[in-house]
Amino acid sequence: MQTDSIARDAVTDPVIVVRGLDKTYEGGFKALKGIDLAVRRGEIFALLGPNGAGKTTLISIICGIVNPGRGTVTVDGHDIIRDWRKTRTVIGLVPQELKTDAFETVWNTVRFSRGLFGKAPDDAYLEQLLKDLSLWDKRDAKILALSGGMKRRVMIAKALSHQPMVLFLDEPTAGVDVELRRDMWTMVRRLRESGVTIILTTHYIEEAEDMADRVGVINKGELIVVEEKTALMQKLGKKQLRLQLHEPLSCLPQALSAYGLELNGKCDEIIYTYDTQGERTGITALLKDLSVAGIGFKDLSTRQDTLEQIFVELVTEKA
Amino acid sequence: MNLHGIRAIYRFEMARTGRTLMQSVLSPVVSTSLYFVVFGSAIGSRITSVEGVSYAAFIIPGLVMLSLLMQSVSNASFGIYFPKFVGTIYEVHSAPLSYLEIITGYVGAAATKAIIVGLIILATARVFVDYSIAHPVVMVLFLVMTTVAFSLFGFIIGIWADNFEKLQVVPLMIITPLTFLGGSFYSIHMLPPFWQKVTLFNPVVYLISGFRWSFYGLADVNVGISVVATLVFLALCLTGVWWIFRTGWRLKA
Repeated sequence: MQTDSIARDAVTDPVIVVRGLDKTYEGGFKALKGIDLAVRRGEIFALLGPNGAGKTTLISIICGIVNPGRGTVTVDGHDIIRDWRKTRTVIGLVPQELKTDAFETVWNTVRFSRGLFGKAPDDAYLEQLLKDLSLWDKRDAKILALSGGMKRRVMIAKALSHQPMVLFLDEPTAGVDVELRRDMWTMVRRLRESGVTIILTTHYIEEAEDMADRVGVINKGELIVVEEKTALMQKLGKKQLRLQLHEPLSCLPQALSAYGLELNGKCDEIIYTYDTQGERTGITALLKDLSVAGIGFKDLSTRQDTLEQIFVELVTEKA
Repeated sequence: MNLHGIRAIYRFEMARTGRTLMQSVLSPVVSTSLYFVVFGSAIGSRITSVEGVSYAAFIIPGLVMLSLLMQSVSNASFGIYFPKFVGTIYEVHSAPLSYLEIITGYVGAAATKAIIVGLIILATARVFVDYSIAHPVVMVLFLVMTTVAFSLFGFIIGIWADNFEKLQVVPLMIITPLTFLGGSFYSIHMLPPFWQKVTLFNPVVYLISGFRWSFYGLADVNVGISVVATLVFLALCLTGVWWIFRTGWRLKA
Protein backbone atom coordinates (compact mmCIF):
# COMPACT_ATOMS: atom_id res chain seq x y z
CA MET A 1 0.00 0.00 0.00
CA GLN A 2 1.25 3.44 -0.88
CA THR A 3 0.72 4.94 2.55
CA ASP A 4 2.75 2.14 4.19
CA SER A 5 5.88 3.04 2.33
CA ILE A 6 5.25 6.72 2.85
CA ALA A 7 4.78 6.20 6.56
CA ARG A 8 8.04 4.26 6.77
CA ASP A 9 9.85 7.00 4.90
CA ALA A 10 8.58 9.57 7.32
CA VAL A 11 9.75 7.75 10.43
CA THR A 12 13.00 9.59 10.70
CA ASP A 13 11.83 11.29 13.87
CA PRO A 14 8.09 10.77 14.17
CA VAL A 15 6.11 12.49 16.86
CA ILE A 16 2.85 10.83 15.83
CA VAL A 17 2.59 7.32 14.44
CA VAL A 18 -0.78 5.91 13.36
CA ARG A 19 -0.96 2.24 12.39
CA GLY A 20 -3.94 0.46 10.84
CA LEU A 21 -6.46 2.79 12.43
CA ASP A 22 -10.12 2.00 11.84
CA LYS A 23 -13.16 3.77 13.16
CA THR A 24 -16.75 2.70 12.68
CA TYR A 25 -19.45 4.81 14.30
CA GLU A 26 -22.67 3.51 15.75
CA GLY A 27 -24.94 2.91 12.82
CA GLY A 28 -22.14 1.34 10.80
CA PHE A 29 -20.56 4.41 9.18
CA LYS A 30 -16.89 3.64 8.55
CA ALA A 31 -15.12 6.94 9.16
CA LEU A 32 -11.56 5.61 8.96
CA LYS A 33 -10.23 2.60 7.10
CA GLY A 34 -6.78 1.32 8.00
CA ILE A 35 -5.02 4.66 8.33
CA ASP A 36 -1.20 4.53 8.41
CA LEU A 37 0.53 7.81 9.02
CA ALA A 38 3.69 9.17 10.59
CA VAL A 39 4.09 12.85 11.35
CA ARG A 40 7.60 14.19 11.75
CA ARG A 41 8.64 16.16 14.76
CA GLY A 42 8.62 19.88 14.10
CA GLU A 43 6.91 19.82 10.72
CA ILE A 44 3.75 21.46 9.47
CA PHE A 45 1.58 18.66 8.15
CA ALA A 46 -1.52 19.54 6.17
CA LEU A 47 -4.32 16.99 6.17
CA LEU A 48 -6.62 17.66 3.26
CA GLY A 49 -9.88 16.07 2.36
CA PRO A 50 -13.46 16.91 1.41
CA ASN A 51 -16.19 17.22 4.03
CA GLY A 52 -16.84 13.91 5.77
CA ALA A 53 -13.52 12.44 4.63
CA GLY A 54 -12.46 11.52 8.18
CA LYS A 55 -10.08 14.39 9.03
CA THR A 56 -11.84 15.45 12.22
CA THR A 57 -12.38 11.84 13.30
CA LEU A 58 -8.65 11.12 12.93
CA ILE A 59 -7.73 14.25 14.90
CA SER A 60 -10.36 13.54 17.54
CA ILE A 61 -9.05 10.02 18.09
CA ILE A 62 -5.48 11.21 18.51
CA CYS A 63 -6.64 13.87 20.97
CA GLY A 64 -8.76 11.42 23.00
CA ILE A 65 -12.17 12.88 22.16
CA VAL A 66 -13.36 9.92 20.10
CA ASN A 67 -12.74 6.29 21.01
CA PRO A 68 -10.62 4.51 18.39
CA GLY A 69 -11.62 1.29 16.68
CA ARG A 70 -8.81 -1.06 15.63
CA GLY A 71 -5.22 0.05 15.24
CA THR A 72 -2.71 1.95 17.31
CA VAL A 73 -1.68 5.57 17.72
CA THR A 74 1.43 6.79 19.50
CA VAL A 75 2.31 10.37 20.34
CA ASP A 76 5.90 11.14 21.27
CA GLY A 77 6.43 7.39 21.64
CA HIS A 78 3.48 6.86 24.00
CA ASP A 79 0.36 4.88 23.19
CA ILE A 80 -2.78 7.07 23.33
CA ILE A 81 -4.71 4.35 25.19
CA ARG A 82 -2.11 2.98 27.62
CA ASP A 83 -0.27 6.27 28.26
CA TRP A 84 -3.19 8.61 27.65
CA ARG A 85 -2.12 11.04 30.33
CA LYS A 86 1.32 11.53 28.77
CA THR A 87 0.02 11.88 25.23
CA ARG A 88 -2.75 14.31 26.11
CA THR A 89 -0.37 16.49 28.08
CA VAL A 90 1.66 17.24 24.95
CA ILE A 91 -1.26 17.84 22.58
CA GLY A 92 -3.15 21.08 21.95
CA LEU A 93 -6.30 21.22 19.87
CA VAL A 94 -8.07 24.07 18.12
CA PRO A 95 -11.37 22.53 17.04
CA GLN A 96 -13.21 23.41 13.89
CA GLU A 97 -16.19 25.05 15.58
CA LEU A 98 -15.98 27.99 17.95
CA LYS A 99 -16.67 26.34 21.27
CA THR A 100 -16.18 28.72 24.15
CA ASP A 101 -17.73 29.65 27.45
CA ALA A 102 -19.52 32.78 26.34
CA PHE A 103 -19.90 34.23 29.83
CA GLU A 104 -16.28 33.74 30.87
CA THR A 105 -13.50 36.27 30.42
CA VAL A 106 -10.60 35.65 28.07
CA TRP A 107 -8.10 35.54 30.92
CA ASN A 108 -10.11 33.10 33.03
CA THR A 109 -10.84 30.72 30.19
CA VAL A 110 -7.18 30.57 29.17
CA ARG A 111 -6.10 30.02 32.78
CA PHE A 112 -8.74 27.29 33.06
CA SER A 113 -7.36 25.50 30.00
CA ARG A 114 -3.81 25.59 31.35
CA GLY A 115 -4.94 24.11 34.66
CA LEU A 116 -7.00 21.45 32.93
CA PHE A 117 -3.88 20.16 31.23
CA GLY A 118 -2.09 19.82 34.55
CA LYS A 119 0.15 22.86 34.33
CA ALA A 120 0.80 25.13 37.30
CA PRO A 121 -0.36 28.73 36.83
CA ASP A 122 2.11 30.84 34.87
CA ASP A 123 0.66 34.28 34.41
CA ALA A 124 3.78 35.61 32.72
CA TYR A 125 3.55 32.98 29.98
CA LEU A 126 -0.17 33.53 29.51
CA GLU A 127 0.34 37.28 29.33
CA GLN A 128 2.91 36.82 26.56
CA LEU A 129 0.64 34.37 24.78
CA LEU A 130 -2.28 36.79 24.82
CA LYS A 131 -0.01 39.59 23.65
CA ASP A 132 1.26 37.44 20.77
CA LEU A 133 -2.32 36.80 19.74
CA SER A 134 -3.33 40.44 20.15
CA LEU A 135 -5.71 39.45 22.93
CA TRP A 136 -4.07 41.16 25.87
CA ASP A 137 -6.29 44.24 25.61
CA LYS A 138 -9.31 41.95 25.67
CA ARG A 139 -8.22 39.84 28.64
CA ASP A 140 -11.05 41.07 30.87
CA ALA A 141 -13.68 41.01 28.14
CA LYS A 142 -16.34 38.32 28.18
CA ILE A 143 -16.01 35.98 25.23
CA LEU A 144 -19.56 36.68 24.07
CA ALA A 145 -18.52 40.29 23.46
CA LEU A 146 -15.74 39.30 21.05
CA SER A 147 -15.88 39.13 17.26
CA GLY A 148 -15.65 35.77 15.48
CA GLY A 149 -12.00 36.34 14.65
CA MET A 150 -11.17 37.22 18.23
CA LYS A 151 -12.98 34.11 19.45
CA ARG A 152 -10.85 32.08 17.06
CA ARG A 153 -7.74 33.63 18.63
CA VAL A 154 -9.09 32.69 22.07
CA MET A 155 -9.41 29.09 20.90
CA ILE A 156 -5.80 29.14 19.80
CA ALA A 157 -4.71 30.72 23.08
CA LYS A 158 -6.53 27.98 25.00
CA ALA A 159 -4.86 25.28 22.89
CA LEU A 160 -1.43 26.83 23.48
CA SER A 161 -1.97 27.64 27.15
CA HIS A 162 -0.24 24.46 28.31
CA GLN A 163 2.70 24.75 25.90
CA PRO A 164 1.94 21.67 23.80
CA MET A 165 4.49 19.82 21.71
CA VAL A 166 1.90 18.99 19.04
CA LEU A 167 -0.79 21.40 17.91
CA PHE A 168 -3.84 20.35 15.91
CA LEU A 169 -5.53 23.11 13.98
CA ASP A 170 -8.83 21.90 12.57
CA GLU A 171 -9.93 24.44 9.96
CA PRO A 172 -8.40 27.31 11.94
CA THR A 173 -9.04 30.00 9.36
CA ALA A 174 -12.64 29.16 8.52
CA GLY A 175 -14.61 32.40 8.60
CA VAL A 176 -11.56 34.47 9.46
CA ASP A 177 -10.73 37.69 7.61
CA VAL A 178 -7.62 38.02 5.48
CA GLU A 179 -5.62 40.06 7.98
CA LEU A 180 -6.28 37.71 10.85
CA ARG A 181 -5.51 34.73 8.65
CA ARG A 182 -2.15 36.24 7.78
CA ASP A 183 -1.44 36.87 11.49
CA MET A 184 -2.37 33.30 12.29
CA TRP A 185 -0.01 31.84 9.76
CA THR A 186 2.76 34.07 11.02
CA MET A 187 2.10 32.67 14.47
CA VAL A 188 2.03 29.10 13.13
CA ARG A 189 5.40 29.60 11.47
CA ARG A 190 6.77 31.01 14.71
CA LEU A 191 5.45 28.00 16.61
CA ARG A 192 7.08 25.65 14.14
CA GLU A 193 10.36 27.49 14.58
CA SER A 194 10.05 26.94 18.32
CA GLY A 195 9.78 23.19 17.71
CA VAL A 196 6.03 22.65 17.84
CA THR A 197 4.66 20.09 15.39
CA ILE A 198 1.57 21.39 13.63
CA ILE A 199 -1.10 19.31 12.00
CA LEU A 200 -3.66 21.38 10.20
CA THR A 201 -6.73 20.76 8.16
CA THR A 202 -7.96 23.47 5.86
CA HIS A 203 -10.32 24.04 3.01
CA TYR A 204 -8.07 26.81 1.73
CA ILE A 205 -5.66 24.59 -0.11
CA GLU A 206 -3.49 27.52 -1.16
CA GLU A 207 -2.77 27.85 2.57
CA ALA A 208 -1.52 24.28 2.71
CA GLU A 209 0.49 24.94 -0.41
CA ASP A 210 2.00 27.98 1.23
CA MET A 211 2.51 26.61 4.75
CA ALA A 212 2.87 22.86 4.82
CA ASP A 213 6.05 20.81 4.68
CA ARG A 214 4.09 17.68 3.88
CA VAL A 215 0.59 16.99 2.72
CA GLY A 216 -1.75 14.08 3.34
CA VAL A 217 -4.95 13.61 1.37
CA ILE A 218 -7.76 11.67 2.98
CA ASN A 219 -10.98 10.68 1.27
CA LYS A 220 -13.81 8.44 2.45
CA GLY A 221 -11.76 7.34 5.44
CA GLU A 222 -8.70 6.33 3.42
CA LEU A 223 -5.39 8.11 3.29
CA ILE A 224 -4.83 8.37 -0.44
CA VAL A 225 -1.42 9.96 -0.38
CA VAL A 226 1.16 11.37 2.01
CA GLU A 227 4.02 13.25 0.45
CA GLU A 228 6.40 16.17 0.71
CA LYS A 229 4.45 19.10 -0.65
CA THR A 230 6.97 19.98 -3.35
CA ALA A 231 7.48 16.34 -4.33
CA LEU A 232 3.73 15.83 -4.48
CA MET A 233 3.32 18.79 -6.77
CA GLN A 234 6.14 17.57 -8.96
CA LYS A 235 4.91 13.99 -9.00
CA LEU A 236 1.22 14.50 -9.43
CA GLY A 237 1.06 18.01 -10.80
CA LYS A 238 0.80 18.15 -14.57
CA LYS A 239 2.60 20.83 -16.47
CA GLN A 240 1.23 22.45 -19.57
CA LEU A 241 2.96 24.10 -22.47
CA ARG A 242 0.74 26.59 -24.26
CA LEU A 243 1.69 27.73 -27.75
CA GLN A 244 -0.03 30.78 -29.13
CA LEU A 245 -0.41 30.29 -32.89
CA HIS A 246 0.03 32.80 -35.67
CA GLU A 247 -3.10 31.52 -37.37
CA PRO A 248 -6.01 29.61 -35.84
CA LEU A 249 -6.27 25.94 -36.81
CA SER A 250 -9.45 24.21 -37.91
CA CYS A 251 -8.12 20.92 -36.56
CA LEU A 252 -4.90 19.37 -35.39
CA PRO A 253 -2.84 17.46 -37.98
CA GLN A 254 -2.97 13.68 -37.71
CA ALA A 255 0.84 13.60 -37.56
CA LEU A 256 0.72 15.23 -34.12
CA SER A 257 -1.87 12.88 -32.58
CA ALA A 258 0.76 11.04 -30.51
CA TYR A 259 1.30 14.15 -28.38
CA GLY A 260 -2.31 14.28 -27.13
CA LEU A 261 -2.58 17.95 -27.99
CA GLU A 262 -5.62 20.10 -27.34
CA LEU A 263 -6.84 23.28 -28.94
CA ASN A 264 -8.31 26.08 -26.89
CA GLY A 265 -11.82 27.43 -27.60
CA LYS A 266 -10.64 29.95 -30.19
CA CYS A 267 -8.41 27.32 -31.84
CA ASP A 268 -5.50 29.76 -31.68
CA GLU A 269 -3.62 28.02 -28.90
CA ILE A 270 -2.20 24.51 -28.68
CA ILE A 271 -2.06 22.98 -25.21
CA TYR A 272 0.47 20.23 -24.53
CA THR A 273 0.32 18.47 -21.18
CA TYR A 274 3.49 16.67 -20.14
CA ASP A 275 4.98 14.82 -17.22
CA THR A 276 7.78 16.65 -15.46
CA GLN A 277 8.99 13.39 -13.92
CA GLY A 278 9.48 11.63 -17.25
CA GLU A 279 12.93 11.16 -18.76
CA ARG A 280 11.90 13.31 -21.69
CA THR A 281 9.22 15.94 -21.73
CA GLY A 282 8.76 15.62 -25.48
CA ILE A 283 8.88 19.38 -25.95
CA THR A 284 11.85 19.40 -28.35
CA ALA A 285 10.27 16.75 -30.54
CA LEU A 286 6.92 18.56 -30.51
CA LEU A 287 8.45 21.86 -31.58
CA LYS A 288 10.30 20.07 -34.37
CA ASP A 289 7.14 18.31 -35.58
CA LEU A 290 5.15 21.55 -35.45
CA SER A 291 7.77 23.12 -37.67
CA VAL A 292 7.57 20.19 -40.07
CA ALA A 293 3.77 20.53 -40.13
CA GLY A 294 4.17 24.23 -40.91
CA ILE A 295 2.48 25.45 -37.77
CA GLY A 296 4.05 28.62 -36.50
CA PHE A 297 3.60 30.19 -33.07
CA LYS A 298 4.21 33.67 -31.77
CA ASP A 299 4.47 33.03 -28.03
CA LEU A 300 4.67 30.23 -25.52
CA SER A 301 4.10 29.79 -21.80
CA THR A 302 4.09 26.99 -19.22
CA ARG A 303 1.76 26.43 -16.28
CA GLN A 304 1.93 23.93 -13.38
CA ASP A 305 -1.06 22.47 -11.49
CA THR A 306 -1.72 24.01 -8.12
CA LEU A 307 -2.08 21.83 -5.04
CA GLU A 308 -5.80 22.49 -5.25
CA GLN A 309 -5.97 21.02 -8.74
CA ILE A 310 -3.97 18.00 -7.61
CA PHE A 311 -6.24 17.60 -4.60
CA VAL A 312 -9.41 17.79 -6.70
CA GLU A 313 -8.02 15.23 -9.12
CA LEU A 314 -7.01 12.85 -6.35
CA VAL A 315 -10.35 13.07 -4.63
CA THR A 316 -12.31 12.80 -7.87
CA GLU A 317 -10.29 9.78 -9.01
CA LYS A 318 -11.17 7.92 -5.81
CA ALA A 319 -14.81 8.98 -5.81
CA MET B 1 -2.94 12.75 39.78
CA ASN B 2 -3.82 15.93 37.89
CA LEU B 3 -4.46 18.22 40.86
CA HIS B 4 -4.20 21.36 38.74
CA GLY B 5 -6.91 19.94 36.49
CA ILE B 6 -9.24 19.18 39.41
CA ARG B 7 -8.64 22.63 40.85
CA ALA B 8 -9.30 24.24 37.46
CA ILE B 9 -12.71 22.57 37.13
CA TYR B 10 -13.58 23.20 40.77
CA ARG B 11 -12.65 26.90 40.62
CA PHE B 12 -14.37 27.35 37.28
CA GLU B 13 -17.61 25.89 38.63
CA MET B 14 -17.41 27.86 41.85
CA ALA B 15 -16.79 31.05 39.88
CA ARG B 16 -20.05 30.42 38.01
CA THR B 17 -21.86 30.52 41.36
CA GLY B 18 -20.29 33.90 41.99
CA ARG B 19 -21.68 35.16 38.69
CA THR B 20 -25.15 33.85 39.49
CA LEU B 21 -25.33 34.78 43.15
CA MET B 22 -29.02 35.73 43.04
CA GLN B 23 -30.01 32.39 41.57
CA SER B 24 -27.54 30.25 43.47
CA VAL B 25 -27.74 31.62 46.98
CA LEU B 26 -30.40 34.28 47.38
CA SER B 27 -33.19 32.30 45.76
CA PRO B 28 -33.01 29.30 48.17
CA VAL B 29 -32.83 31.69 51.12
CA VAL B 30 -35.99 33.47 50.00
CA SER B 31 -37.78 30.14 49.36
CA THR B 32 -36.82 28.85 52.81
CA SER B 33 -37.98 32.03 54.46
CA LEU B 34 -41.32 31.61 52.71
CA TYR B 35 -41.57 28.00 53.93
CA PHE B 36 -41.01 29.23 57.47
CA VAL B 37 -43.64 31.93 57.11
CA VAL B 38 -46.20 29.51 55.61
CA PHE B 39 -45.45 26.25 57.43
CA GLY B 40 -43.66 27.48 60.51
CA SER B 41 -45.87 30.41 61.45
CA ALA B 42 -49.23 29.90 59.75
CA ILE B 43 -49.58 26.10 60.03
CA GLY B 44 -47.16 25.77 62.93
CA SER B 45 -49.41 27.87 65.09
CA ARG B 46 -52.01 25.08 64.85
CA ILE B 47 -49.52 22.20 65.29
CA THR B 48 -47.76 23.08 68.47
CA SER B 49 -45.21 20.25 68.54
CA VAL B 50 -44.23 16.95 66.95
CA GLU B 51 -42.88 14.36 69.38
CA GLY B 52 -41.86 17.12 71.76
CA VAL B 53 -40.19 19.38 69.16
CA SER B 54 -41.85 22.63 68.08
CA TYR B 55 -43.25 22.29 64.56
CA ALA B 56 -41.16 25.19 63.23
CA ALA B 57 -37.98 23.49 64.51
CA PHE B 58 -39.20 20.06 63.37
CA ILE B 59 -39.34 21.11 59.70
CA ILE B 60 -35.81 22.59 59.63
CA PRO B 61 -33.95 19.35 58.74
CA GLY B 62 -36.54 18.59 56.04
CA LEU B 63 -36.20 22.06 54.56
CA VAL B 64 -32.43 21.88 54.58
CA MET B 65 -32.59 18.42 52.99
CA LEU B 66 -35.02 19.68 50.33
CA SER B 67 -32.60 22.44 49.36
CA LEU B 68 -29.58 20.14 49.56
CA LEU B 69 -31.11 17.62 47.18
CA MET B 70 -32.35 20.23 44.74
CA GLN B 71 -29.11 22.20 44.78
CA SER B 72 -26.88 19.12 44.49
CA VAL B 73 -28.81 17.76 41.53
CA SER B 74 -29.23 21.13 39.79
CA ASN B 75 -25.64 22.29 40.24
CA ALA B 76 -24.07 19.02 39.15
CA SER B 77 -26.42 18.40 36.24
CA PHE B 78 -26.02 21.93 34.89
CA GLY B 79 -22.27 21.85 35.52
CA ILE B 80 -21.71 18.95 33.12
CA TYR B 81 -24.65 19.64 30.79
CA PHE B 82 -23.60 23.19 29.92
CA PRO B 83 -20.16 22.26 28.49
CA LYS B 84 -21.91 19.51 26.53
CA PHE B 85 -24.47 22.00 25.26
CA VAL B 86 -21.97 24.66 24.15
CA GLY B 87 -19.41 22.10 23.01
CA THR B 88 -16.58 22.99 25.39
CA ILE B 89 -16.66 19.45 26.77
CA TYR B 90 -14.08 18.59 24.06
CA GLU B 91 -11.47 20.29 26.21
CA VAL B 92 -12.22 18.11 29.23
CA HIS B 93 -12.10 14.98 27.07
CA SER B 94 -8.81 15.92 25.49
CA ALA B 95 -7.19 16.93 28.79
CA PRO B 96 -5.02 14.53 30.81
CA LEU B 97 -7.79 13.99 33.36
CA SER B 98 -9.00 10.64 34.66
CA TYR B 99 -12.70 10.02 35.17
CA LEU B 100 -12.21 10.25 38.90
CA GLU B 101 -10.52 13.63 38.55
CA ILE B 102 -13.29 14.99 36.32
CA ILE B 103 -15.94 13.80 38.79
CA THR B 104 -14.01 15.19 41.75
CA GLY B 105 -13.91 18.60 40.10
CA TYR B 106 -17.54 18.80 39.01
CA VAL B 107 -19.16 16.89 41.87
CA GLY B 108 -16.90 18.53 44.44
CA ALA B 109 -17.96 21.98 43.28
CA ALA B 110 -21.65 21.03 43.11
CA ALA B 111 -21.54 19.50 46.60
CA THR B 112 -19.68 22.51 48.00
CA LYS B 113 -22.30 24.89 46.61
CA ALA B 114 -25.12 22.74 47.99
CA ILE B 115 -23.50 22.60 51.42
CA ILE B 116 -23.01 26.37 51.43
CA VAL B 117 -26.69 26.84 50.58
CA GLY B 118 -27.63 24.30 53.29
CA LEU B 119 -25.60 26.18 55.87
CA ILE B 120 -27.13 29.50 54.79
CA ILE B 121 -30.57 28.00 55.20
CA LEU B 122 -29.66 26.79 58.66
CA ALA B 123 -28.51 30.31 59.49
CA THR B 124 -31.71 31.77 58.02
CA ALA B 125 -33.78 29.33 60.06
CA ARG B 126 -32.12 30.66 63.16
CA VAL B 127 -33.79 34.00 62.51
CA PHE B 128 -37.23 32.36 62.71
CA VAL B 129 -36.79 29.63 65.28
CA ASP B 130 -34.48 28.40 67.99
CA TYR B 131 -33.11 24.91 67.38
CA SER B 132 -30.26 22.71 68.52
CA ILE B 133 -28.08 20.06 66.86
CA ALA B 134 -27.79 17.04 69.13
CA HIS B 135 -25.26 15.13 67.03
CA PRO B 136 -23.24 17.67 65.00
CA VAL B 137 -20.74 15.11 63.66
CA VAL B 138 -23.54 12.88 62.35
CA MET B 139 -25.25 15.97 60.95
CA VAL B 140 -22.11 16.91 58.98
CA LEU B 141 -21.74 13.29 57.88
CA PHE B 142 -25.29 13.20 56.50
CA LEU B 143 -24.82 16.62 54.94
CA VAL B 144 -21.70 15.52 53.08
CA MET B 145 -22.88 12.01 52.12
CA THR B 146 -26.21 13.29 50.85
CA THR B 147 -24.77 16.16 48.82
CA VAL B 148 -22.08 13.97 47.27
CA ALA B 149 -24.58 11.21 46.44
CA PHE B 150 -27.09 13.60 44.90
CA SER B 151 -24.39 15.58 43.10
CA LEU B 152 -23.32 12.30 41.50
CA PHE B 153 -26.97 11.67 40.65
CA GLY B 154 -27.16 15.16 39.15
CA PHE B 155 -23.99 14.48 37.17
CA ILE B 156 -25.67 11.41 35.66
CA ILE B 157 -28.76 13.47 34.80
CA GLY B 158 -26.56 16.12 33.18
CA ILE B 159 -24.94 13.48 30.99
CA TRP B 160 -28.24 11.82 30.17
CA ALA B 161 -30.05 15.06 29.31
CA ASP B 162 -29.93 16.23 25.73
CA ASN B 163 -32.10 19.29 26.25
CA PHE B 164 -32.89 21.75 29.02
CA GLU B 165 -36.31 20.22 29.63
CA LYS B 166 -34.82 16.88 30.60
CA LEU B 167 -32.45 18.71 32.89
CA GLN B 168 -35.43 20.06 34.82
CA VAL B 169 -37.66 16.99 34.69
CA VAL B 170 -35.91 14.88 37.31
CA PRO B 171 -35.50 17.58 39.98
CA LEU B 172 -39.04 18.88 39.52
CA MET B 173 -40.93 15.68 38.81
CA ILE B 174 -39.04 13.22 40.99
CA ILE B 175 -36.85 14.87 43.62
CA THR B 176 -39.37 17.49 44.76
CA PRO B 177 -42.33 15.10 45.15
CA LEU B 178 -40.19 12.48 46.88
CA THR B 179 -38.88 15.11 49.30
CA PHE B 180 -42.31 16.56 50.03
CA LEU B 181 -43.67 13.04 50.55
CA GLY B 182 -40.58 11.91 52.41
CA GLY B 183 -41.41 13.54 55.74
CA SER B 184 -40.01 17.03 55.24
CA PHE B 185 -43.02 18.62 56.89
CA TYR B 186 -44.39 15.75 58.94
CA SER B 187 -43.42 12.59 60.76
CA ILE B 188 -44.41 9.50 58.82
CA HIS B 189 -45.94 8.22 62.08
CA MET B 190 -48.66 10.82 61.47
CA LEU B 191 -49.76 8.85 58.37
CA PRO B 192 -52.29 5.97 58.32
CA PRO B 193 -50.53 2.55 58.76
CA PHE B 194 -50.87 1.62 55.07
CA TRP B 195 -49.23 4.84 53.86
CA GLN B 196 -46.54 4.49 56.50
CA LYS B 197 -45.51 1.24 54.79
CA VAL B 198 -45.75 2.74 51.28
CA THR B 199 -43.63 5.71 52.34
CA LEU B 200 -40.79 3.37 53.27
CA PHE B 201 -40.23 2.78 49.54
CA ASN B 202 -39.32 6.43 49.22
CA PRO B 203 -35.52 6.67 49.60
CA VAL B 204 -35.69 10.30 50.70
CA VAL B 205 -37.50 9.21 53.89
CA TYR B 206 -34.26 7.65 55.12
CA LEU B 207 -32.22 10.78 54.36
CA ILE B 208 -34.60 13.14 56.12
CA SER B 209 -35.12 10.79 59.02
CA GLY B 210 -31.39 10.35 59.60
CA PHE B 211 -30.75 14.06 59.22
CA ARG B 212 -33.53 14.95 61.65
CA TRP B 213 -32.15 12.42 64.13
CA SER B 214 -28.82 14.31 64.09
CA PHE B 215 -30.73 17.43 65.18
CA TYR B 216 -33.22 16.21 67.76
CA GLY B 217 -32.60 12.50 68.27
CA LEU B 218 -35.97 11.86 66.59
CA ALA B 219 -36.21 9.43 63.68
CA ASP B 220 -38.94 7.82 61.61
CA VAL B 221 -36.62 4.91 60.84
CA ASN B 222 -33.55 3.61 62.62
CA VAL B 223 -30.58 5.93 62.03
CA GLY B 224 -28.37 2.95 61.14
CA ILE B 225 -30.76 2.06 58.31
CA SER B 226 -30.66 5.70 57.18
CA VAL B 227 -26.86 5.61 57.01
CA VAL B 228 -26.91 2.32 55.06
CA ALA B 229 -29.59 3.64 52.67
CA THR B 230 -27.53 6.77 51.99
CA LEU B 231 -24.40 4.70 51.39
CA VAL B 232 -26.30 2.36 49.04
CA PHE B 233 -27.55 5.33 47.04
CA LEU B 234 -24.02 6.74 46.96
CA ALA B 235 -22.67 3.40 45.74
CA LEU B 236 -25.36 3.17 43.03
CA CYS B 237 -24.53 6.64 41.77
CA LEU B 238 -20.81 5.89 41.79
CA THR B 239 -21.44 2.72 39.81
CA GLY B 240 -23.57 4.67 37.33
CA VAL B 241 -20.90 7.31 36.81
CA TRP B 242 -18.18 4.68 36.54
CA TRP B 243 -20.20 2.88 33.83
CA ILE B 244 -20.82 6.11 31.92
CA PHE B 245 -17.14 6.95 31.76
CA ARG B 246 -16.15 3.40 30.99
CA THR B 247 -18.49 3.18 28.03
CA GLY B 248 -18.44 6.85 27.02
CA TRP B 249 -22.25 6.80 27.02
CA ARG B 250 -23.55 10.16 25.81
CA LEU B 251 -20.06 11.56 26.19
CA LYS B 252 -17.90 10.11 23.45
CA ALA B 253 -18.53 8.76 19.99
